[in-house]
Amino acid sequence: MSVLVFIDTRGEKLPKAAQEAVTYASKLAGGPVTAVTFGGASGLEALGAQGASKVVVARGVQAVDGQQLTKLVTEVAAKEGANTIVFVHDGTGKSVAPRVAAKLKAGHVAGAIALPEGDKFKRNVFSGKAQAWLQVSSATKVISVMPNSIPVGKDGGNATVEEYSGDLGPARITVKEVRKAGAGVPLPEAELVVSAGRGMKGPENWGMVEELAKELGAATACSRPVADMHWRPHHEHVGQTGVAIRPNLYIAIGISGAIQHLAGVNQSKVICVINNDPEAPFFKAADYGIVGDAFQVLPKLVEAAKKLNAER
Amino acid sequence: MKILVLLSQVPDTTARIAFTNGNTQFDANGVTFIVNPYDEWYALVRALELKEAAGAGSVTTITVGGADTDATIRKGLAIGADEAVRVDAQPTEALQVAEQVVAYAKDKGFDLIIAGKETIDHNGGQVGGMVAELLDLPYIALASKLDVAAGKATIERDVPGGVEVLEASLPLVLSAAKGMAEQRIPNMRGIMAARTKPLTVIPAATTDNVASTTSFELPPAKGAVKMIPADEAGKLIELLHSEAKVI
Ligand SMILES: Cc1cc2nc3c(=O)[nH]c(=O)nc-3n(C[C@H](O)[C@H](O)[C@H](O)COP(=O)(O)OP(=O)(O)OC[C@H]3O[C@@H](n4cnc5c(N)ncnc54)[C@H](O)[C@@H]3O)c2cc1C
Ligand SMILES: Nc1ncnc2c1ncn2[C@@H]1O[C@H](COP(=O)(O)O)[C@@H](O)[C@H]1O
Repeated sequence: MSVLVFIDTRGEKLPKAAQEAVTYASKLAGGPVTAVTFGGASGLEALGAQGASKVVVARGVQAVDGQQLTKLVTEVAAKEGANTIVFVHDGTGKSVAPRVAAKLKAGHVAGAIALPEGDKFKRNVFSGKAQAWLQVSSATKVISVMPNSIPVGKDGGNATVEEYSGDLGPARITVKEVRKAGAGVPLPEAELVVSAGRGMKGPENWGMVEELAKELGAATACSRPVADMHWRPHHEHVGQTGVAIRPNLYIAIGISGAIQHLAGVNQSKVICVINNDPEAPFFKAADYGIVGDAFQVLPKLVEAAKKLNAER
Repeated sequence: MKILVLLSQVPDTTARIAFTNGNTQFDANGVTFIVNPYDEWYALVRALELKEAAGAGSVTTITVGGADTDATIRKGLAIGADEAVRVDAQPTEALQVAEQVVAYAKDKGFDLIIAGKETIDHNGGQVGGMVAELLDLPYIALASKLDVAAGKATIERDVPGGVEVLEASLPLVLSAAKGMAEQRIPNMRGIMAARTKPLTVIPAATTDNVASTTSFELPPAKGAVKMIPADEAGKLIELLHSEAKVI
């Protein structure tokens, strides 16, 4: 199988999800693969560690312009004879992968959570309440990999970096402005997440939640009413109608565990629930639980996390 | 401005998820169906707001589905869409749905085509981008804000570490995420009017068959929860380190 992988590397350092996708692609191919990217990123040779032998970069593309990027990906795929194209199932992947699939009349696995078994790919459906096996029958396949689905490979050497020199046509989408938010870990990629709900009573009490997150090196999240009441920004809202996450650790503080909330977080490896109501439904989905007042429990957790950090 | 909104039907968010026929089919027994929240709350409502602000134009919804989706489609009309189209085909896969939508939309001259961010049952986030490619139009996924002036759309969307403000000329395809509008509850007048608004059923076009879901499974059940007394809460951190090994 000849495999190509498309990634977004515009940030300061290579995103973990991009490294995962390259690893996934090289495991699919059973050997080194070609990666395609865009923008001004440096240090792309390092993708060799995840199994890229070559990285093709289109320096001229700045916005996630799906038409330019579809042309880029399909052109390089044709040149390399690739019949499988791997993406990350993130904002950039979702802008380009469906286009590439439609253009090539390829079956598209949106959000693969593991390597395939035969020609079947496993993906989450019903917002994480179930999984489905998708069989791709077309000769060309497009696979978008969910972040946190595969450990990042570390064994390869350096990749060669090649600049794309073709003409991708005019950009039809332009970036007018980028407003930077807090520097923290992006939620969908985070391995550790500290999340809080209406039990925190008001936005002024989030200091403790943030402190625990900081001590653990975790991202922060919240339940939907918390975002709706503007206690926290919308991009922190997790659940069925928010971001779906699958971190190694999810700590839920003052969240009842409504089915719509669980839908977005129940794929977390370890779930801890802190709630003053022993009947809160979230305890049924938890690995560890504390029945208690968040305002008393949180300082104890922060203290213990500080102690652990001091010992490490 | 002529706007097309892609409206899909999904199980209610509280529905019990179970499968039948050897885990090959969703068990719809006793399940209530609703309009996919992203399609209803954000795509449709923002389309209506844009039409109202312009004081002209139309909002059409399109659904690929059987007659069982008619009640869901009427909800869209009750909220305020002018007319609805149903392509008479069971949705099986994203490219098939996109090709059905395109067969209808290709010669209608829509200025804006708005899909939801994703369906809450299939969770693909694919159909909008596929429609855009097949119509050779720009596509902006996960838009959380949309304004239109003088034939140009300004769109915001969340990206890692911030918000990106984008600009593109119409015609354009978008997928709508949270933030784009506030949910509207249909009023009595809307519900009455919906009964007489046009719901046109059109026959299915021929589509490609490139993928299919062969079976479903439910996640393994959780083991028993380990409780820690509140006054020893710090122990949780120790256990996460030494036992669960996640920190
Ligand atoms: C269509 C639809 C989609 C939805 N999508 C989502 C979604 O994506 N994400 C989401 O989160 N919700 C979603 N919801 C809402 C969901 O049903 C719940 O209403 C919501 O998750 C409740 O948020 P909460 O747990 O923060 O608040 P509450 O339900 O009010 O729970 C607060 C919890 O805090 C506990 N508590 C109170 N005080 C303390 C204290 N001092 N210390 C410790 N614990 C305390 C209480 O015992 C309670 O369990 C959706 C609903 C619908 C209808
Ligand atoms: N059967 C359908 N009929 C009409 N629109 C659909 C259908 N399925 C999906 N869509 C639209 O495409 C969006 C993304 O769906 P999906 O790719 O299935 O996650 C949905 O939010 C809808 O706007």
